[in-house]
Amino acid sequence: MAPEFVKGALMEITVNPVDERTAVVQLRGRLDLLVAAEVKQRLVQAVNEGFRLLVVDMSEVSFVDSSGLGALIGGLKATRLAGGDLRLASVGAQAQAILELTTLNRVLRPYPNVAEALQANL
Amino acid sequence: MQSSHLTTIVLGTSWGPAEWAAFRRGLIKILVITNLILGAYYLLWRGAVSLNWNAWLFALALFGAELYSYIGSFLFGLTVFRLRERGEPPPAPSGLRVDVFITCYNEPVELVRKTVRAAIAIRYPHQTYLLDDGNSPAMRAMAAEEGCGYITRSAVWKGFDRHAKAGNLINALEQTTGDFVLILDADQVPLPQILDRTLGYFADPLVALVQTPQYFINVPPGDPFGSQAPLFYGPIQQGKDGWNAAFFCGSNAVLRREALARTGLRFFVRDVERRIRRALREADTVIRQAERRLTKADRQRIAPALRELRRAVAQARRELDRGDTFQEVTERFQRRAEEAARMVVAADLQQIMADLAEIQAVEAAEIMRALNDEALLAELAARDRSPLAAIETVRQLIPLLVNEAMDYLPISTISVTEDMSTAMRMHATGWRSVYHDEILAHGLAPEDLRSALQQRLRWAQGTIQVMLRENPLTLPGLSLGQRLAYFDTMWSYLSGVPTIIYLISPVLYLVFGLLPVNALSDEFFWRLAPYLIINQLLFAVISWGRPTWRGQQYSLALFPLWIKAVTTAAANVWFGKKLGFIVTPKTRQAGRYFGLVRWQLMMMALLAIAIVVGLGQLALGWRSDGLPVVVNVFWAVYDLVMLSVVIDAAMYQPTEEQ
Repeated sequence: MAPEFVKGALMEITVNPVDERTAVVQLRGRLDLLVAAEVKQRLVQAVNEGFRLLVVDMSEVSFVDSSGLGALIGGLKATRLAGGDLRLASVGAQAQAILELTTLNRVLRPYPNVAEALQANL
Repeated sequence: MQSSHLTTIVLGTSWGPAEWAAFRRGLIKILVITNLILGAYYLLWRGAVSLNWNAWLFALALFGAELYSYIGSFLFGLTVFRLRERGEPPPAPSGLRVDVFITCYNEPVELVRKTVRAAIAIRYPHQTYLLDDGNSPAMRAMAAEEGCGYITRSAVWKGFDRHAKAGNLINALEQTTGDFVLILDADQVPLPQILDRTLGYFADPLVALVQTPQYFINVPPGDPFGSQAPLFYGPIQQGKDGWNAAFFCGSNAVLRREALARTGLRFFVRDVERRIRRALREADTVIRQAERRLTKADRQRIAPALRELRRAVAQARRELDRGDTFQEVTERFQRRAEEAARMVVAADLQQIMADLAEIQAVEAAEIMRALNDEALLAELAARDRSPLAAIETVRQLIPLLVNEAMDYLPISTISVTEDMSTAMRMHATGWRSVYHDEILAHGLAPEDLRSALQQRLRWAQGTIQVMLRENPLTLPGLSLGQRLAYFDTMWSYLSGVPTIIYLISPVLYLVFGLLPVNALSDEFFWRLAPYLIINQLLFAVISWGRPTWRGQQYSLALFPLWIKAVTTAAANVWFGKKLGFIVTPKTRQAGRYFGLVRWQLMMMALLAIAIVVGLGQLALGWRSDGLPVVVNVFWAVYDLVMLSVVIDAAMYQPTEEQ
């Protein structure tokens, strides 16, 4: 399965399948209100394509705002309703700060890296 | 030095507006404190020695009403204690991304067109959107003609609660990308400088909201429906502003999107946690019920499993307190509950399989839906079920709950006054608000009594909903001043019952001779009079230069509406009942609305009868209590004058009808 690119104005979203049920979503750029709707839509689409576990790789996200986090919540809901999960990996300092500011880290626990997020058992 | 300064104060000669404003603010502070002291001086005496225990019910009721008023004047005094007059706004920085939202539902297209044109003509660069919740083709065509953005609900709203205006705004926020949003009602025509005069405040990165007044240009002379709110859009909001508690009023306000989104996320997390806690509480109830119902035969077999389950609930609570992620908490709980279930399954596999099929999804889903409905929830928790069924229900409940709840909303939906609720949530999240006291939009007020009353009822209902769902006195994150400033508004809507007591008091005395105080002694007057005088003086200074008489009349005369608002909002919050509307009266004749104010008319009749009875008996020499009669007649006349506003309103006919 080849990676698939969706180019936004300021955000590059890549969905890399790991297996039939699992994919790593690589985000590049600013995750803010300008791209929030697009990101949410892409995450929901991934669930509709059959992925149940989405690991969002945040290592190349330079900035996150609340609307951007809102998009991730939208994706989380889609995975949960399908019986799956959405996990964050390699979250930068700024994103970590806003996760804590919004207390959203109680809903979306960040993992140190993609590998750990993929393997995590609660 | 000292004496010339004093002369200046006395003569006020060399004072400019700034000095007068400072003088007024200082005077307000002195009067607020004096009023509180005099009120305490009067009420302590009232409570300690003056109550007439021969008419104890009446005496206590009136004393209660007076306490209500005293607390009200304390809250009001506190609100205006730090009156903030901001004056000239800071200059608007250039280059901000601003959207202008015009919310409409079913207003006449031509009316909305005026607002759309004016919004497009706002000087500061911006995008204008018409948020048409009526989804009407005519409105869409008009927007296209005017070159205005047009937004209707996206498909995701199908089959879900639309949340009226809050939903309309949420939907539009999702489809737009401005960092700042000016919100306008369909009938609020903005002036071109509205953004230039408000955006400057956002230079402070913590400012989330700038609210400006709502002013109505179609109000006829005398304002028969009391539409203008010069006291609210003035001293009250300025007072709240002093405590960083000026709130959003639905229109003529600019909001920072990041503040809305961040507040929405915070409260989303809070909501999920609350749902989990409530589910755990219900689980506890279900388990205990099951334990009580255990038959002797079952006890041996099932009791250990139930005990295990109860332990799982306690453990989950501890984990929530500790701050674990919700997913960890719920999944661990589920696992423990499954283990508990397995303990029983080993004992009685067949029965649980039978029960399972019936219960699993249905019941858990039912409880989940009931989570916003206390009455239904209690009924479900109390339902007769076998211990095995209880275990299964509990096990199924929580994951369902968490997944369904996953949704963050930038605008609060807990109340029909989403504006106030959203503002309070932003304050609780640490944001600041600004009240800028300059008319920057010209609005239209309701032109008939029914709509005017309906609007007033909605505001009151929404405020009470917020009070019952997210009380500012307990909402985490607010400062003490903010708590009291918000509570002041809520408290003022509870005036219905105290008003009835005040209205009925002179009737009880004049007709039945019931006196709530021991005696109308000199001491009574010496304690009451200064309190009343300072109270009125305070009000006069606060409302200086603003017409507030109509507002005072209406806040008293609308007592039936305030009572209705409280009862319907409580029934809505506690029992899931629908909020009531003003029902168009059947007795309407020739455009006159006497049916809408029937309670007030009845009260006026009672007061008039009481005056006639009191004065008549006095004139005929049947009674000799001259002074008390005069005092009560005076009181009754005052009430009549206040209530008379409803007659004007009910008889009002617009001069030019189209």
